[in-house]
Order: sequence, then C-alpha cells, then structure tokens
Amino acid sequence: MSRTDLYWRAASFFVAAGFVGLWQVIAKLKLVSPVFLPGPDRAWSSLIRGFASGDLWNMLLGTLGHMAFGWFIASIAGIGLGTMIGSSRTMRRYVAPSLEFLRPLPVSAIIPVAIALLGLTQSMALSVIAFGAVWPMLLATIHGFAAVEPRLYEVARSLHLSRAAVIFKIALPSASPDILSGMRLSLTVALILSVVCEILAGLDGLGHWVLLSARAFRSADLFAGVMLLGVIGYLTALAMSIAEKRLLRWRTGGH
Amino acid sequence: MPERVKALLLPLAILLLLEIWARAVHLQSDSLAPPSAVARALAEALADGTLLVATRDTLISAFAGLLIGGAIGLVFGIALGIFHVFDRLMEVTIEAIRPIPSIALLPIALIALGFGYRMEIVIVAFACVWPMLILSRAAVAGIEPRLIEVARALRLSPPDRVRKIIIPAALPRIFLAFRLAAGIALIVAVTVEIAINPIGLGAGIMTAQQALRPDLMLAYLVWIGGVGYVLNAGLMAAQRHLFGRAALAGEPA
Repeated sequence: MSRTDLYWRAASFFVAAGFVGLWQVIAKLKLVSPVFLPGPDRAWSSLIRGFASGDLWNMLLGTLGHMAFGWFIASIAGIGLGTMIGSSRTMRRYVAPSLEFLRPLPVSAIIPVAIALLGLTQSMALSVIAFGAVWPMLLATIHGFAAVEPRLYEVARSLHLSRAAVIFKIALPSASPDILSGMRLSLTVALILSVVCEILAGLDGLGHWVLLSARAFRSADLFAGVMLLGVIGYLTALAMSIAEKRLLRWRTGGH
Repeated sequence: MPERVKALLLPLAILLLLEIWARAVHLQSDSLAPPSAVARALAEALADGTLLVATRDTLISAFAGLLIGGAIGLVFGIALGIFHVFDRLMEVTIEAIRPIPSIALLPIALIALGFGYRMEIVIVAFACVWPMLILSRAAVAGIEPRLIEVARALRLSPPDRVRKIIIPAALPRIFLAFRLAAGIALIVAVTVEIAINPIGLGAGIMTAQQALRPDLMLAYLVWIGGVGYVLNAGLMAAQRHLFGRAALAGEPA
C-alpha cells in the first residue's frame, strides 16, 4: 500500500469513527428509545461481559461450527457432484437444466421440509445449510467444466490421458476460479442459514442469542450479537479472498 | 432427441418414481406426500385463494424492500462512483456494515417495528442496498472516460451530467444489479417469513408443516420455486429485450 493509500485509509477510519460518535450522541440524547438503540458504549461493554462470562464464546463457536460443517459438506458434495455432471456431456444435457431450474428457488423454503423430516435438531440445521450452500459451488463447477478451453481436451487426447487425469490435471485446475468464487458465495449463504436455523430450532448460536436478547428487550446484548455476526461475515470473506489469491497465483504468475 | 425433451426427462422420471414408490408402500407420512397429492393440494390452495393472498403479501414486501433498498443503493452507488473522494472516505464504514447478514437485523426490526410488512420491508431493503450500491458504483466508475470529457466540454450541469450521460451509459449494468437484487429480495422476504413473520408464503409453508400437511407444504415449496423461476426468467427476458444479448454476456455465473 502506498503512502497516499494509507492516508486515505486513515481518513476513512476517521469517518467511520465519526459515525460511531454520531450513534453515541443519538443514543445519549435518547433521540431513539434506548430499548431499540443502545449506545456503542453499552453494546461494547455487553460484548466484553458476554465474552468474560463465556456465554458469547459458546454462541460464537456454535454459529461458526454450524457454518463451517455445513459449508464443508456442501463443498465436498458440490465439487464432487459438479465434477461428475460437468465432466460428462450426457449428464450435462440431462441434469444441468433441472439444476438451473432449481437455482432461483429461495433455499430457505426447504427449512420446513427439513424440519418435517428431521425435527428441530442439529442434523436438520446442517442439512439445510449444506443444501443451501451447495448450489453456488455445484453450478460454478459445472459451468467451469463446460468453459474449459477445448484445445486443452485435444491436448489430453493426444497425450492419451486417462479420464481421471483429464479431470484432475486439466478440468479442475482450469475451473478453479469459478469453483472458488462459488465457494465464496456459499460462505455468505451458510452464515445466513445458520442464523435462521438457530432462530427456528433454538440451537446454541448467535441466531438464538440475538432472538432471546430481543425477546427480553436486552438491546445491548442484541447489538453485541449483531456486531459479532458482522465480524464473522467480514473475517470469513477476508479469509476466503486471501485463500483465493494464494490458490490462483499460478494463473497470474505464468503469463 | 431435442434438447428440451432431454431437459424434462429427469424431473419427470423422478416424479413418476416418487408416485410409484408412494403408492407401493401406501405412504402415510407427516413429512412426505406423493406428487399427485401435492398437485391436488396446490390446486385446492389456488382455488380457495390462500396461496394467492400469501403470494401477494410476499411480493408486496419483497418489491417494497427492493424499491427502497435499490433506490438507496443506486443513489449512493452513483455518488460514490462519481466522487472519488467520497468513495475513499466511506470505504471503512461500508466495509464494516456490509458483511452483517441481513437476517441478523431481524430481531432488531422485530422489537422496533413488530410483526408485519414494515419489519420485513426494512430487512429486504437492507439486503438490496448492497448489490445495487456495489454494482452501480462499478458501473459508473467503468464509464468510458471520453463520455465524461464530452459532458465537460458541453458544460453540462452536474444534474444534467448524471441524467444525460452517466445513467444511460451505466444502465445495462445497473439493470443487471436490479435483477440480482430482485432475486435477493424474494429470498430474504421468504426467509424472514419462515423465521418469524406470520405473513406470506414463508408463513404459509411453516403453517402447513406444523399442521402436518406434507402435501400442502410441498405444494407451497413447488409454488415458491415457481415464483422464483418466473421472477428470474421475466427479468432476464426484460434485460435481453431492453439491452440486447450483449448485456447478458460476461456476467458472473
């Protein structure tokens, strides 16, 4: 980062700090009822208190656990199924249109069906999260396989590569930018569905925490939970984009 | 075999197998129903109007949120795209608010506004601001610099510059953002209804589940999928009609 960039960044931080200050003033003057809007000071101290007592830790770990497990299952299933469907032209013709048809379905609509099948349980939450998060990766993998430069397949044929070698040496690497951007999209979906499932099923997690806080009108706890959810969203997206850059370095380096 | 037939083969086969299986085992279940029963429940719910009322409620919330959030996102996006200083200064603030999952605002909206349309519209609007803001900012920043020079040479006033040069030039990508935001609006509206808000399609499907009516629940699921599909296909057709095929090329998959 150059020097001017750094200055801009600092200025931008000051602007953000200004907004937090404004929030504090609004809360202090009680322009908005403190039942709905605690000041940043109260939200912050509630955050500290929550972590000190360990409650918030458990909720944080719960949400992260749901999100990570669901996303992990979805990644394996999405890339595996996507490879199966994408690598065969016949499968692509027969299966892909049905998947495209399902794509605009709001995935949360599957929650009642999952509740009917599995009850208000941890496995219900994980299957819903996995089901929701699988779509971006599945479709991105199929799309990535379909978009492989045809000449690479010709090279593979003339080298007499086996089908597995074609998939692992040519198709998957060349589809990897699509797959990784699908994985990034899925991360957001997984976080949202984790929160929804926790709210509905009362599972340990930040979704449950914010709902309980709201029901008890403990707005400081509520805001602490919402801020923490924002931090999770920010950090997971950041981690994913760093991973993306590292994993795709070979693409930009070679040319 | 024509491509269309091939595309239909798999879903038809699955439906047929489900029907045969359900009849063979004389399915008595609280969670599954044969496709024929689902079709019957769908027809009944359509006939007595409950499904249409629920669809109306969901679409009202989704569109109101889309319009409010989309307008806010559009105005800020264009402003950030034009005024580079403003963009750099708001960076941290936007980065701090954007990652908050929209559904996390649900409890806040609930205690501030109670159940009903308003809380749902607020949450949908929050979710719709971001795609609009990010994409219209990129669209404005990506305008051919010579067009801006023309605007300067013609001494257009700032409002004229926005109206006559910037918006027309960025419109195809802004419409793409609108289409993405519309999809998000429907998803968020249904999700809020499923989680807590007792109106619309989401509440309908939850009620059907709790009443142990799997046929009706699955009918709602099919209907919600249909609404999503029609909305997406309609906006896609509009995009192609308004901006030509080129507008659809090169969009993120």
